[in-house]
Amino acid sequence: MAEIDKLVKKLHPLERKVLKVLPKYKNLEEIKEHSELKEVEIMRALQWLQNKDVLKIKKDTETKIVLGKNGEKYIKEGLPEKRLLEILDKEKSMELNDLFKKLERNEVNIAIGLLRSKGAIEINKANKKTILRITNTGKTLLKKETLEENFLKNKFPLSNKNLTPQERYAYGALKKRKDIVKEKESITVNAEISETGKKLLKKDLKEDYVDELTPEMLKKGSWKNKKFRAYDIEAQVPFKEYGKKHFQNQVIEYIKKIWLELGFKEMQGSLVQSAFWDMDALFVPQDHPARELQDTFYVEGKAKIDKKIMEKIKQVHEKGTEKSKGWDYNWSEKEAEKLLLRTHNTVLSARTIAKLKKEDLPQKFFSVGRVFRNEVLDWKHLFEFYQVEGIVVSENVNFRHLLGYLKEFYKKMGYDKVRIRPAYFPYTEPSAEVEVYDENRKQWIELGGSGIFRPEVTKPLLGFECPVLAWGLGLERIIVPYFNMKDLREINKNDLEQLKKIKRFME
Amino acid sequence: MPVIEFEKKELMKYLGKKTDETELKEKISFLGTDLEKFDETVKVEIFPNRPDMLSVQGFSRALKTFLGIEKGIKEYNVKSSGRKIIIKDSVKEVRPFTACAIVKNIKFDDEKIKEIMQMQEKLHITYGRNRKKIAIGIYPMEKIKFPITYEARSPEKIMFVPLESSREMNGKEILEKHPKGKDYAHLLKGKEKFPIFVDANKQILSMPPIINSHTVGKIDSDTKDVFIECSGFNLNYLKKALNMIVCNLADMNGEIYSLKLEYGNKKVITPELKPEKMKLEPDYINKILGLSLNKETIKRLLEKMGYNISNNDVLIPAYRTDILHPIDLIEDIAIAYGYDNFEAELPRIDTVAEEMKFEKFKREIRDFMVGNKLIEVKNFQLVSENRNELTKCLIDKVKIKNPLSEEYSRLRGWLIPSLLKNLSENTHNDYPQNIFEIGKIFKKKIDEIIENDRVAVALCNKKSNFTAVKQIFQSLMLDLDLKFEINETEHPSFIEGRVARVSVNGKDVAYIGEINPEVLQNYKIEMPVSVLELNLSELFEVM
Repeated sequence: MAEIDKLVKKLHPLERKVLKVLPKYKNLEEIKEHSELKEVEIMRALQWLQNKDVLKIKKDTETKIVLGKNGEKYIKEGLPEKRLLEILDKEKSMELNDLFKKLERNEVNIAIGLLRSKGAIEINKANKKTILRITNTGKTLLKKETLEENFLKNKFPLSNKNLTPQERYAYGALKKRKDIVKEKESITVNAEISETGKKLLKKDLKEDYVDELTPEMLKKGSWKNKKFRAYDIEAQVPFKEYGKKHFQNQVIEYIKKIWLELGFKEMQGSLVQSAFWDMDALFVPQDHPARELQDTFYVEGKAKIDKKIMEKIKQVHEKGTEKSKGWDYNWSEKEAEKLLLRTHNTVLSARTIAKLKKEDLPQKFFSVGRVFRNEVLDWKHLFEFYQVEGIVVSENVNFRHLLGYLKEFYKKMGYDKVRIRPAYFPYTEPSAEVEVYDENRKQWIELGGSGIFRPEVTKPLLGFECPVLAWGLGLERIIVPYFNMKDLREINKNDLEQLKKIKRFME
Repeated sequence: MPVIEFEKKELMKYLGKKTDETELKEKISFLGTDLEKFDETVKVEIFPNRPDMLSVQGFSRALKTFLGIEKGIKEYNVKSSGRKIIIKDSVKEVRPFTACAIVKNIKFDDEKIKEIMQMQEKLHITYGRNRKKIAIGIYPMEKIKFPITYEARSPEKIMFVPLESSREMNGKEILEKHPKGKDYAHLLKGKEKFPIFVDANKQILSMPPIINSHTVGKIDSDTKDVFIECSGFNLNYLKKALNMIVCNLADMNGEIYSLKLEYGNKKVITPELKPEKMKLEPDYINKILGLSLNKETIKRLLEKMGYNISNNDVLIPAYRTDILHPIDLIEDIAIAYGYDNFEAELPRIDTVAEEMKFEKFKREIRDFMVGNKLIEVKNFQLVSENRNELTKCLIDKVKIKNPLSEEYSRLRGWLIPSLLKNLSENTHNDYPQNIFEIGKIFKKKIDEIIENDRVAVALCNKKSNFTAVKQIFQSLMLDLDLKFEINETEHPSFIEGRVARVSVNGKDVAYIGEINPEVLQNYKIEMPVSVLELNLSELFEVM
């Protein structure tokens, strides 16, 4: 099919209506007058036609002459000078004060000035009275139409181009007077038909096309032998409302999948935990700075802890094990019973290994969950954030395996370079800080801690010494650059536009 | 973590050998110490388990073996001073122990005095837990006379001129008026008697853990010999702290002299710098690190970290506080081996993956809500108290004992206020605003805290009403194949007659309703909002 015929087929009913008048009328106002369409409809149709290269919309800013308030009045009632002459012609002479009763004061003043300069009236002052009379010139003038009157007979708004010299004179005169005519910038829209357009206009555009397929047509089969209007598939469509997961949860779900694929079991637990499980069970001495008020959120209430396990932990803190010296201090039950918002998900690992038996090994666990630190909220600190926790409990794991799991995980997160550096945590030995290399920002990002649980942790909880690889990794420091954010607070900002438009997490 | 600062030329002097700066900078971070600054002055972050490195002497001692300039344990000589310290029973109730030493022949200058003060301060803060566990005092020998007595007296009977003061004060006054006294008063709170060191001339040297005497407890550039005491509650910790100090002073070319401490009939001699022995099996090392190091290599690596080997025993310097178990030596071997040199290996450990059923359930609920064209929001668990008033619903929320601000001082008791807050902060954005959140709520039950997971939905648009939100609930129940019962209820946050309590299998699990316009006005929301809050934990139980 020729291009032009395809074009015909695609025409929207509105376009057809506009095309019908287009050979004759190119101006928006004119099209409006002759097509019975609304301005928005015409504009839409013109836009579509322009997209199809049928025409070009030319928008010109033009200065137009429009009528002022007085102008509109004078068109109906006549100019004041004419009316004054008419009155004087009828009354022969008239006192000024009486004139004010017939015409408005400012109109009278203008009219008198004008008529005097033309010698159309004469004014005499006698007995403190001002008397006006019409002259013979005035009488002749009365019969003639002035240039101004002639000018006002035009149709407004009037283009200021192509005025005759007389019109220009009259316009100049009227412009000086109050609120008769003024200039106004206006935009005129004209369609400029292209070559394609010219060809199109030669086609038969009256042919009947079906716009929408209806259930009725399907029932009756009336669609047969009908032509369907082809759509402009490039036309813009409005956005549709859709649901979306929070971007942080997209990442979390992906991370959970990574660990599940590696054969890990999930751990979960309460956010409010006892200091015992969060700290003591992990061999964090009770005077450790992390337990102080400025680091940890404590919650009202008191925890109930199993006496048997508590005794074991007390022993290891105070006296150690056969091979360990312990911390050598008086361990307090009361301190351990305090409630707190969990400071790390290692608390879940501690609780998990406390339930394991030797015959259950090997085991692998993970958790992705919220943790809390008593921090002032700012662009690089959150008091609530996520931690990716993992443990591998097996007689046969070692430090190189720890590095193996970390590398595997971060490879799946899109980071090829992972390194570990010495670190210190009371519950792991050896301990290692985990860092990944951000290729875009060309820098290493610190992501969290890892290590092998100390015998002082595993012995009382498991009942025997056994290597437990463990890690607690941050999430936010990866999320923020991935989503092109700079401020950690943006994660919980909940701006709905942002949540809708943010790119989906894909790794 | 503690940070120490010193002049680069001091470090170079202690290292005693020209070292390439680039290599030096790299090695410092491989040692596990974070280099913060390296120009004329050097700033290093030290891990809290290595208080022995909290001075330029201690730091360069560790670095020296690590760089291979020296190897193994550094020997320190201790001579007997023949002098003694008498510890009276009266200190038992307040601060029972002390460990003391004398170091002679140090050429003190301003730089050295500064270094000693930094070392003392860093040890106070870290290992000494802000002087609670350990307080350190250093005194010029020429001004005091042995024997020295460590005793406790009632505060009124303690009279001396404290440092940075011009007049005599008694113990009570010091705690009330002296700046240091005010800072550390809590450490002597409620004690009838305060501890003091007194010399043979009855001069009070200091009142630990607060302050030294201005007259006899201050070293200056004329000082050559010093008396050092550490006081606290655990003799082992005090001995370690003392060892760190005397070794550092010995590195400044001082000579260490021991003192005899008389605890009644019990005599203790400090400092004791004989290395400690610990057994370490090569098999254990290789099992933990996944390496196959031979004895020679192990010896070399341990020497690099400042240890010696004697038969199967590792000799540990007397100032090391962090070696509780052979595992601690293994970490040092790993550091000496170089963390960068470990090759990653993913082991073959066959275990079966398992997602928690409840977590899976929550994920399904999230998918359902997204399918219903809802946008997921995520709010903090910590909320402010006054959100109660905005919702007109006064519930007792769980308190944080030490909040940083009122804004985040409670744990949230229900989710809808969070969603209303989100809507009130989004009034500049386009509508509809249909949102949901899955999150925890907290309730007090006597001493315990009950946590539940819930899902909340808020429909905020021109046509939002009870029907719209009930439709969502109804289709969720259909999706989960659950039957529910809906009952009239009253709730101050909702429009009367447009709020329902919903139960599943006899358990009340949800509220559905249209938010009261007064509440919307409180939140400055000018669009109707209908909501649903469903307890997922309880629903999961009855399913």
